Amino acid sequence: MEGFKGGIHPSYSKEKTERLPIIEAKVPKRVVIPISQHIGAPCEPIVKIGDAVKKGQKIGEAKGFVSAPVHSSISGKVTAIAKFPHPSGRDALSIVIESDGTDEWVEGLSERTDYLKLSPEELKKIINNAGIVGLGGATFPTHVKLSPPPEKKIRAVILNGAECEPYLTADHRLMVERPEEIVEGLRIILKLLNVQYGYIGVEANKPDAISRLTEVVSRIPKQKASETYVERSGIEWTKDVETGPNIRVIGLEVKYPQGAEKQLIKATLNREVPSGGLPMDVGVVVQNVGTAAAIYNAVRYSRPLIDRITTVTGVVTYPKNLRVRIGTLVSDLIEECGGFSEEPGKVIMGGPMMGMGQHTLNVPIIKGSSGILVLPKTAAGQPEFYDCIRCGACVRVCPMGLMPNMLSICGELRIVDAGVEFKPMDCIECGCCSYVCPSKRPIVHFIRYIKNELSIKKAKAKEKKEAVKG
Amino acid sequence: MEKLEELKLVVSSSPHVKSDETIEKIMYTVILALLPAAGAGIYFFGINAATVIMLSIVTAVACEALMQKAMGRRIAVKDGSALLTGLLLAMNLPSNAPWWLVIIGSAFAIIIGKQIFGGLGFNIFNPALAARVFLIISWPVQMTTWPKPTTIFSKTLVDAVTGATPLGLLKSELLLKNNIGEAANISLIDMIVGNIGGSLGEVSAILLLLGGIFLIYRSYISWHIPVSFIGTVVIISAIFWIIDPARYAGPLFHVLTGGLMLGAFFMATDYVTSPITPKGMLIFGFGCGFITILIRLFGAYPEGVSFAILLMNIVTPLIDKYVKPTLFGEVKKGA
Repeated sequence: MEGFKGGIHPSYSKEKTERLPIIEAKVPKRVVIPISQHIGAPCEPIVKIGDAVKKGQKIGEAKGFVSAPVHSSISGKVTAIAKFPHPSGRDALSIVIESDGTDEWVEGLSERTDYLKLSPEELKKIINNAGIVGLGGATFPTHVKLSPPPEKKIRAVILNGAECEPYLTADHRLMVERPEEIVEGLRIILKLLNVQYGYIGVEANKPDAISRLTEVVSRIPKQKASETYVERSGIEWTKDVETGPNIRVIGLEVKYPQGAEKQLIKATLNREVPSGGLPMDVGVVVQNVGTAAAIYNAVRYSRPLIDRITTVTGVVTYPKNLRVRIGTLVSDLIEECGGFSEEPGKVIMGGPMMGMGQHTLNVPIIKGSSGILVLPKTAAGQPEFYDCIRCGACVRVCPMGLMPNMLSICGELRIVDAGVEFKPMDCIECGCCSYVCPSKRPIVHFIRYIKNELSIKKAKAKEKKEAVKG
Repeated sequence: MEKLEELKLVVSSSPHVKSDETIEKIMYTVILALLPAAGAGIYFFGINAATVIMLSIVTAVACEALMQKAMGRRIAVKDGSALLTGLLLAMNLPSNAPWWLVIIGSAFAIIIGKQIFGGLGFNIFNPALAARVFLIISWPVQMTTWPKPTTIFSKTLVDAVTGATPLGLLKSELLLKNNIGEAANISLIDMIVGNIGGSLGEVSAILLLLGGIFLIYRSYISWHIPVSFIGTVVIISAIFWIIDPARYAGPLFHVLTGGLMLGAFFMATDYVTSPITPKGMLIFGFGCGFITILIRLFGAYPEGVSFAILLMNIVTPLIDKYVKPTLFGEVKKGA
């Protein structure tokens, strides 16, 4: 295995929750469901204040192709449709539902046992309707990822079970406890894309997950099929062979950011996604293991995405892996985990490397919320930073082969144009550079600034061009 | 719930965790790696060596603080970089250097070599080397009068006897007799442990090598510059030695004498003034080695390490401009 260049070995800090089984979080009395929980166009509310809704009922309809619907995660009454705090840091239009205490499913959810016989179009429609987005945190609408343009021939599907972010154990527990759902989800994706080869990449520090998945994969019944091959002489042979979906569970080197899409593909298949390209450019589709399980539940039981597994950890009294209803407020989860065990300084949605700091606990869990990490006040301060001493540590760890040192200087001096030379758009914001910097420079922050300025510039240029045309 | 509302939470850009690596840690580790060789200097050259070291360090740290204050910068003397510069300069001086020479050199290193460029991270030249070359050009006599090594315990008055460094001897013998003459008689063991004439911190090849290996092991420096630097000196000196061993000293002689060990492991690897990519480092190390051996074999000066590194410092921005790391997904574009 060649692996990818660079990367770091931060303290993984997963001990607190890696052995704790997933438990159902209390059904909240109130949920706040933002209409934008994915990358792409926000969806449109299709309920009014006062409407009674059931668990699983669609309350927001997708607008456009790159969008995803949202569903009520409890049964109750719509009490408000207004702007509420959103994990992104900005307030966002959200639908508030007060529980009626029954937790009843919406009617008409049917079970399908022959789900592997459904056509790709039917499967895509089910996945789209279920509001499934990438649960690893990127929240890209899944049906879009499963609709590669015809000229991009997909040859392999990789499920991402690396979970390389420190502290988080949600995917780990899912792989240990519900490997069947993941593997079946993968089979559905393979069927949908008409692809033969599936991989499940798991960091080697989760041997229990690897062995559970491997066991489930080995139980998939083989099918008889015939294969023809042509000898050199021109004689054609037909022989019976056993085939099944070819699924492999791959143990990956424990290294952050092993779960970054491009790095995962490199480590699993030794293919490099071209700069500025997408996984489909090398014939690969990557999905998170949690997304695969959600796909299975949507296809098999018609269940829309109304909950997810979230690790609540850090300085909370009882860290937990919880199955949480979408829209549950972070404050409810903190309470469920026995409150803070130490004065909190930072509450992060996601992991410590790429998660987002929250300014309030009144933000809801959304589809991409893989974890709630509470850092103590002592660890929350932003250290004073110094000038770059050109030690080169960031260059050595950058998994994208960039020069973060130069980008950070360009960002600090606000010379965006000079920064372009150092390919800021290739940065995946994994945070390795900021992590290792002995001068404590907020390198990723400076790169984000450059990226943002560049996209503003691009948008302005486009506007101008269109204005000239018009 | 109300209590939660009052929470003051820090919101900042990810990542939210950082390694415990700091500038101080790096600087003090390098200083630690230098201490054995500095100790050997004191052992062989006596109390004068210790005085030079102390004087150089105190001047460097004081100048750093004064300059930072005068220029309205954050006072950052505790980062250890000025201390390191002071120590490095001292190790590049003869143990009998007069006190005023040490002070002028150390002040030059910090003020001209470092602070006027903008302080740590912005200097073009290695400050200690810039100062050393400034001193050699300005006070050649004081800078090239070398006390003979005795030991700290010997009864002879230290520094009373002076003599040539092995490289100096090599050069003068070549001029006088057109062969390496006496230089061939220097014992290998003396060259390895440092019982030879030279700058007080450069003599003990073995302790410098151990210090360098320690830094590579702790990954504070990478092997690229020392290996390509020393490797180039070895290869070129070996070629000449094979051609004419009567006129040219062998590669072992060149590696163990002069400032090569100190330069290759501790001066050329200075982060600020050397290239950032491994490939760039190899080019840099090769350049250093090439210029060093060129000066040693054909130049007027017996030793060329300082000049070589300074000259390559100038080229560093150019190397960094053209030798960049391989971008992920760049090579296989269109595959």
